Amino acid sequence: MSSVADWEATPNPVKTNRAGLIGKPVDRYEGPLKVTGTAPYAYEVQPPSPPAYGVMIGAEIAVGRVTGADLAAARAAPGVLAVWTHENAPAQPPRGTKAHPRSSAGSRPALDGDRVTYWGQPVAFVVADTLENAVAAAHLVKLSYAPETPNVDFHGRLIDGVDPPGEKDVEVGDFEAGFKASPVQVDETWTTPIQNHCQMEPCASLAWWEGPDRCIAHTSVQMVKPAQHGLAETLGIDRDGVHLMTRYIGGGFGGKGQTYDDLTLAALAARELGRPVKVAFTRQQMMHGTIHRPATLQRVRLGAEKDGRLNAFSIMTWTHCHSDGAFTEHASNFARALYAAPNRLTGHRLVKLDLPHAGPMRAPGEASGTMSLEVAMDELAEKLGMDPVQLRIVNEPPVDPENGRPFSQRQLVRCLQEGAQLFGWDRRLPQPGQVRDGRWHVGLGMAAAIRGNFLLPAKCSFSVDAEGTITVRQGMTDIGTGTYTVLAQIAAETLGVPLGKVVVEIGDSELPPAPGSGGQFGAATAGSAALAAGVNLRRAVAELAVGDAGSPLHGGDPEAVTFQDGVIALENRSETLSDLIRRTRPEGLTVEGEIRPAQDAQRWSTQTYGAHFCEVGVDVVTGEVRVRRMLGVFAAGRILNAKTARSQLTGGMIWGVGAALTEGNAVDPRYGSLIAQDLAQYLVPAHADIGDLDAIMLDEVDDKANPMGIKGVGELGNSGASAAVANAIHNAVGVRVRDYPITPDKLLAALMARGL
Amino acid sequence: MKPFTYERAESPAAAAKAAALTKGARFIAGGTNLLDLMKLEIEQPTHLIDVGRLPMAAIAPTPEGGLTIGAAATNTAVAAHADVRARYPVLSQAILAGGSPQLRNKASVGGNLLQRTRCAYFYDASKPCNKRAPGSGCGALEGLNRNAAIFGASQACIATHTSDMAVALAALNARVETISPSGDTRSIPLTDLHRLPGDMPHVETVLVPGELITAVTLPPPPVGGQAYRKVRDRASYAGGLASVAVAGGDLALGMVALKPWRAAGAERALRAGASPAEAMAAELEGASPRGRNDFKIPLVARLATAAIHEANGRGA
Repeated sequence: MSSVADWEATPNPVKTNRAGLIGKPVDRYEGPLKVTGTAPYAYEVQPPSPPAYGVMIGAEIAVGRVTGADLAAARAAPGVLAVWTHENAPAQPPRGTKAHPRSSAGSRPALDGDRVTYWGQPVAFVVADTLENAVAAAHLVKLSYAPETPNVDFHGRLIDGVDPPGEKDVEVGDFEAGFKASPVQVDETWTTPIQNHCQMEPCASLAWWEGPDRCIAHTSVQMVKPAQHGLAETLGIDRDGVHLMTRYIGGGFGGKGQTYDDLTLAALAARELGRPVKVAFTRQQMMHGTIHRPATLQRVRLGAEKDGRLNAFSIMTWTHCHSDGAFTEHASNFARALYAAPNRLTGHRLVKLDLPHAGPMRAPGEASGTMSLEVAMDELAEKLGMDPVQLRIVNEPPVDPENGRPFSQRQLVRCLQEGAQLFGWDRRLPQPGQVRDGRWHVGLGMAAAIRGNFLLPAKCSFSVDAEGTITVRQGMTDIGTGTYTVLAQIAAETLGVPLGKVVVEIGDSELPPAPGSGGQFGAATAGSAALAAGVNLRRAVAELAVGDAGSPLHGGDPEAVTFQDGVIALENRSETLSDLIRRTRPEGLTVEGEIRPAQDAQRWSTQTYGAHFCEVGVDVVTGEVRVRRMLGVFAAGRILNAKTARSQLTGGMIWGVGAALTEGNAVDPRYGSLIAQDLAQYLVPAHADIGDLDAIMLDEVDDKANPMGIKGVGELGNSGASAAVANAIHNAVGVRVRDYPITPDKLLAALMARGL
Repeated sequence: MKPFTYERAESPAAAAKAAALTKGARFIAGGTNLLDLMKLEIEQPTHLIDVGRLPMAAIAPTPEGGLTIGAAATNTAVAAHADVRARYPVLSQAILAGGSPQLRNKASVGGNLLQRTRCAYFYDASKPCNKRAPGSGCGALEGLNRNAAIFGASQACIATHTSDMAVALAALNARVETISPSGDTRSIPLTDLHRLPGDMPHVETVLVPGELITAVTLPPPPVGGQAYRKVRDRASYAGGLASVAVAGGDLALGMVALKPWRAAGAERALRAGASPAEAMAAELEGASPRGRNDFKIPLVARLATAAIHEANGRGA
């Protein structure tokens, strides 16, 4: 069992960074494949024989039963190979079954009953020889339903909210008393809508069988092992009977943290038909058929002294999940580690609705929660007549205010101060509505960012061959974040070889397991395991060299062997890595390494931090808002790759712009369905919406986080970004819209209410 | 997508004739709207007649001092054309406010005029829509209708026409030139091309079956300034919440009706000496919002007032 003290005391090649590859803005390892359209995503993988094409059909009721199906026309249509409903789909173990008790996911049966619990739930499935024939036949399937009245009105059912399973409100001190006694108060309510992930690549799967107990599956998923185990449980075969691959993934954002019926149905149909089967969600099906970020209502109360110190704060979040679910958008949790206050109350209420499944979406919790609290802080600063940056500095806690633990690293104040300086925050006029640029009223806003940091158990293998090529193998995923690239950098730096001599193989259930991509734990977890494997390979190579009579390094101290430019050396004695391996291990040499959380990791509060600064223009005639400039300054430990990390951070910031201004999906309560079903209706920011945007990463090493001293950035950029936009709108025109997204109709109403 | 047959027409007259011969035939040029709708089986043509390669993409002056724009000209070509930019800037601005560069590069003038509504209930085949499935009802009427029409709607349909280009053409008093299967040609005022929904929202224009748009003709530019303003949720590639085209004393509104809405009431008031704000108030007296789209009333009033001032060189 390792400890934080070991990590801090032990040098390693990433820390030493002898070749300088760590932190370098290295181009994406798989970039050329992606930009030339030659990276085989799951649906584009070439199977061993011509595939059949499956098309799913979603329920057109939100809740009720499928009472009948007229499949004759579809079955008679050209090229049709199979038409399934719950009545004739292959038998599968009940949902959640774990024949193997240590499976990381239970069975996920498809078409397993007549019960419909959300609009768009797959209820029928057509397979044909071509995609066109399958789509055409799917349109001929006629289903009948016994619909029930859907319970989908979140704001009308807040009263049904209960504590999430196993959770209670967290109160420190006496919030009500502290709030009442505070001379300056904010008490407001914010709402955020359902949001959809809108990954560029919809969920898609391809499967075929090599014998009755061996299923080969390519899919698009963030976590390999649960996908493999869940599919094996569904198919009723041994877990090792599923070989699951997810080599390239066109965006995940939490929405691909699980698999969906595309995978189940592809594998089942491939078994039934004896040929490969592809199944993909359509863009429209993605909106209902996969998870979404649920809507929230958040009440924030802040009570402060006149000097700005918080006496009391509370965020209470109401949110919703599927009728059979328990997922909770923890929009209140992040606040617990952010600001000091002696009296605090945070908690959640969960309402079960007949809507599709809620689930994690980028910066789950923080993304929604900062949209209230970080605006409330702006409102408090306004009431205090205090600069919003200064208000946050005044409330900077010396230790984690929730649990009293010391921070492993906390550079929030430096993020705030450096951001303010770089952005030109001193040019902000505290009184709103003072700056015009043509028809645009211009305003500046800021917000703080926070996101927890995590390290999970993972393994990795490193091989070296007779050419001196290093191959990294890990059951990790790259969802567009840069995993391939940072693993290559760690390998090259650790073994002292050029980047061109590193091969990275990930996204495969038969490789050493890693937990995958999510919660911004990916790079730290996978990378730390890779570093361990790399250090083990260094040691093995060094011992091979000093133990080999044919090596110039023979008889030396293996600990003193250096690795640089493909050469291993002991002072002035050296040979190339490839010469050594060719001579001593022509078949190559493979070692494994692993990482586990430190036994004492919980002694520290380990978080990532940032500060967002935003300049918007508001057209008071129309209520249109355009982001003109945005800067984020972040502190997230050592940065492995300045380019991919920056892309992660700016991407998160752009998500924040979308959440603030355009993104949201509304429920039509008559049907229980979502109104926006494509990217012409669900509006994510377009290029023209993003002006001058930059993310800066402060120098930091967090040796208590993991052996590399890195932390995650995938969620951090999204945390707080929307609030900076909302605060800038207020500075521009002096009104606040607390019902996101801040669209022209809502802002126009607020402007008119102010006589503008 | 349903199977269909395809032919490339050799002339506008041949295209119109071929369209009349085959039930379920549709013209295709850029295909930017039609193909999307075919994939969703909202459009189910049995036969496509490709008119995108016919020699009707020219943009040329008319003897009267106006401009004729071939129906197959791309939106990009029209927006970039020197005469259009110099003499009809409102048209160039309107086109550039629509779609994305990729779409404008493919979309034709004729196709732009005949594009179908973006109403979410039209696109979602699981919902009632009289335009898509006559007699099924209107899902938007009591639904999420933030972007519904405020003028000229009916109980059968409250959708809007979402073309930007058509709004400018309406303000410019453009005419639509067509050829019928019989070989007859006619010239239709653009403002008469589209029908209001009434009880037959699936019949969208006055064109007869097989009638092909061959060109759009502009009269000489109006005296006075021109301006196009569009309000949308994001900065590009988004349908408008409202738009306005000002061409001299003529005024058309977009995304407020199932056709580009010529604001005749406002024009009359302006000519009678009313201020732009007063003129818009007069026009909007005839509006019928449905709750979620109430905001369009003040939005259109403010937007059009600003655009009239802008066209008159007095800024916003």
